[in-house]
Amino acid sequence: MIYAIEQVLNGVQFGVMLFLMAAGLTLIFGIMNLINLAHGSLYMIGAYVAAGVFSATGSFFLGLAAALTAAVLVGIAIEIIVFRTLYERDHLDQVLATFGLILFFNEMVRILWGSTALYMPVPSFLSGRVELLPGIPYPAYRVAIIAVGLAIALLLYLVIARTRIGMLIRAGASNRVMLGALGTNVTLLYTLVFALGSALAALAGVMAGPIFTVESGMGESVLILAFVVIVIGGIGSIRGAFIAALLVGVVDATGRAFLRPFLTIFMGGSAAAKFGPALASMLIYILMAAVLFVRPQGLFPPRGL
Amino acid sequence: MGGRYGAIFIVLAALALVPAVATVAEAPFYIGLFARIMVFAIAALSLDLILGYGGLVSFGHAAYFGIGAYAVGILSYYGVTDGIAHFATAFFAAAIAALFIGFVSLRTSGVYFIMITLAFGQMVYFVGIGLNEYGGDDGLNIARHSNFGAALDLDRPIVLYYFTYALLLLFLLLGNRIVRSRFGMLLQGVKSNERRMIALGFPTFRYKLAAFVMAGAVCGIAGALFANLTLFVSPSIMHWTRSGEIMMMVILGGLGSQVGPVFGAAAYLILESVLSRLTEHWQAVLGPLLILVVLFSKTGLYGLFAVSRRRSG
Amino acid sequence: MAEALLETAGLTKRFGGLVATGDVSLSLAPGEIHAVIGPNGAGKTTLIGQLSGELKPDSGAIRFAGADISRLGPARRAALGIARSFQITSIFREFTTLDNVALAIQARAGHSFRFWRAAGRDASLRDPAFAALGIVGLAGRADLPAGSLAHGEKRALELAMALATRPRLLLLDEPMAGMGPEESASMVRLLAGLKGRLSIVLVEHDMDAVFALADRITVMVYGRVIASGGPTAIRADPEVRRAYLGEEGG
Repeated sequence: MIYAIEQVLNGVQFGVMLFLMAAGLTLIFGIMNLINLAHGSLYMIGAYVAAGVFSATGSFFLGLAAALTAAVLVGIAIEIIVFRTLYERDHLDQVLATFGLILFFNEMVRILWGSTALYMPVPSFLSGRVELLPGIPYPAYRVAIIAVGLAIALLLYLVIARTRIGMLIRAGASNRVMLGALGTNVTLLYTLVFALGSALAALAGVMAGPIFTVESGMGESVLILAFVVIVIGGIGSIRGAFIAALLVGVVDATGRAFLRPFLTIFMGGSAAAKFGPALASMLIYILMAAVLFVRPQGLFPPRGL
Repeated sequence: MGGRYGAIFIVLAALALVPAVATVAEAPFYIGLFARIMVFAIAALSLDLILGYGGLVSFGHAAYFGIGAYAVGILSYYGVTDGIAHFATAFFAAAIAALFIGFVSLRTSGVYFIMITLAFGQMVYFVGIGLNEYGGDDGLNIARHSNFGAALDLDRPIVLYYFTYALLLLFLLLGNRIVRSRFGMLLQGVKSNERRMIALGFPTFRYKLAAFVMAGAVCGIAGALFANLTLFVSPSIMHWTRSGEIMMMVILGGLGSQVGPVFGAAAYLILESVLSRLTEHWQAVLGPLLILVVLFSKTGLYGLFAVSRRRSG
Repeated sequence: MAEALLETAGLTKRFGGLVATGDVSLSLAPGEIHAVIGPNGAGKTTLIGQLSGELKPDSGAIRFAGADISRLGPARRAALGIARSFQITSIFREFTTLDNVALAIQARAGHSFRFWRAAGRDASLRDPAFAALGIVGLAGRADLPAGSLAHGEKRALELAMALATRPRLLLLDEPMAGMGPEESASMVRLLAGLKGRLSIVLVEHDMDAVFALADRITVMVYGRVIASGGPTAIRADPEVRRAYLGEEGG
């Protein structure tokens, strides 16, 4: 029972990280109509810089700050150099160009930090366990991730729904030409949104450092899951991304933990061992397929954010 | 048009002569290289049908390649070496996968479609990794080539080369007929203006699905050939970056051109081969190169390389 | 009295808070040209969208040849004999003019799971396509890429594609949009020639054309029908003059 609750919490934690990735992606797509495969690279850059600075200075917060700064700078750089031309283009061109970016960044981290994975320890002030519910100790680090993620979700919601900047973002999502005609500096707005998305991705990367391996290409598996999340949630919807991210996270974690034992009941141990893991990895995609079957536009289809 | 056919003829003739030239020059390595180029040309050709002609940006095409290769691998693992069994299984397994994936994905379009095909492609990759029985992450060795009897001994590199060549010719010919047929016109119409096609009364979904399945099945054959070429399969051939590579080959050769995929596969593999000899970090060069080409051609790669072949005749 | 070919009852469509069409009811007899006029934003294109099946009405029903077609999509309606042209030209720019029409014919010629015969040499597609081009005067442009046609010629091509499917009902959304006086006159002659052979719902701003062609006229303002009747009655209707014709100088 405790194990089950732990798995669900792991799922929530993973979901919250997916949300950070998905929120950036969905904002960028919803407002700039840009499909950005290199979003995962920003996640990777966040992880690498944090790991590198942390091991050099021993300070987690320095690592965090450096990671966010680096990602925002890189994000703004590629927005100006590459994306400004891509906004007008075909989605195929965007996919190909950002694919090129991925190849470049994956190789760059190998050049800068070598091919072996980097190690990033859990920061010492978060290395204990916390009793969330009586009798259920859970790693403090993971609790922190969940807390930060929920806080950011709330913050995003407040900014977008309640502030003037948020209003501009929502307006940009529905009609960018009009927004420009009204005098808003659309170029600046786009760059800001992109910077925000990059920061969110990097934050997810920093959080992931101690839990997942920091290696070249780490961004892509998360990226694809983020795609699954926003497809399920509805492209352009932050609320959809949040709900879908938690759903995907929990389904994935509980699936991996419980599918094999579950199958053993029906199939016997060895068959379950052979096919369980493979089936578990398919669960999320089956979920996506099921959602799409019923609602091809996702759970919360775009109508602003 | 005459010039075009001339180029096609030269390329096909050149490919036919490679084994002879390589043997005389005592450089059998080239037989393997060009066989590999032809295998990927078939894969690229299959993607060109739905991407170049149908406008469907499917980013998970490597999955079918992998399924075809694993069909050969898994059957061999269980001691089944019959060539027809191998290739038929590769064909139908890939077709069925494409049927399921296409059925769900084609309900969407645009960016959703790209993301979903990417996701499903990755799903197949993870399934491959999860199948510990068949090597999982480490891959699976294949003991013997597909057995087509004494007449067609694929153990001999030159025979395998011409077998691949024959299949390439077959698919080029079939492709040529298909794109000029009513089915082909319909597909191109969907790419040009799907809304109009629907308004005209075409139930476009079933045709897109048919094309998607055909493309997957042919890519499965390419995978089966690949398994024979390397006698080894691993999930890495299904990784999403492989889908990107196949797409690049289609683009380099020219979207919606019938022989383009052959040029594209050759260009990509040769470029990769040359670059990787210059530096181990060749991807850091290839990436920006690709970006530059996309950014600086006025109409994008689409316009730069796409050969306008909208005439039905 | 012939039964109406097309009838709508209470067709309503909202976009958010905006009522694009509100409780629109009209009917069309076979062989009739029924014009729908009104100022911009009156909901005319939304009405066409609901008639063609691209838009689902929030409430109301549509009957065609006695059967309820409200739930059918555009492809099925096309199969029943309803064809439409688009307000903003929607053709296949990369295809030749002839192939544009050939596609339209192919749509009604059974299934397209034909993989071997070259469509470009298929007389059963090309001959009727040529004929349709001939009706609209584009036979001389048959082998040019459709994207290179002049604007008026593209509108004529739209019409040819709609005609090629031998429809019973034609939904024309501003066929004369962007045309000069000569081209418009040409189009009017064309449409007049079709009268009686099929039924037409004609959305237009060109009042000369409307009064030259229409058997009946429905006037829409802000999504609602304010008048419906013969041309003379409509021209004289004070409400109509005030809302629409008056502004145009009648």
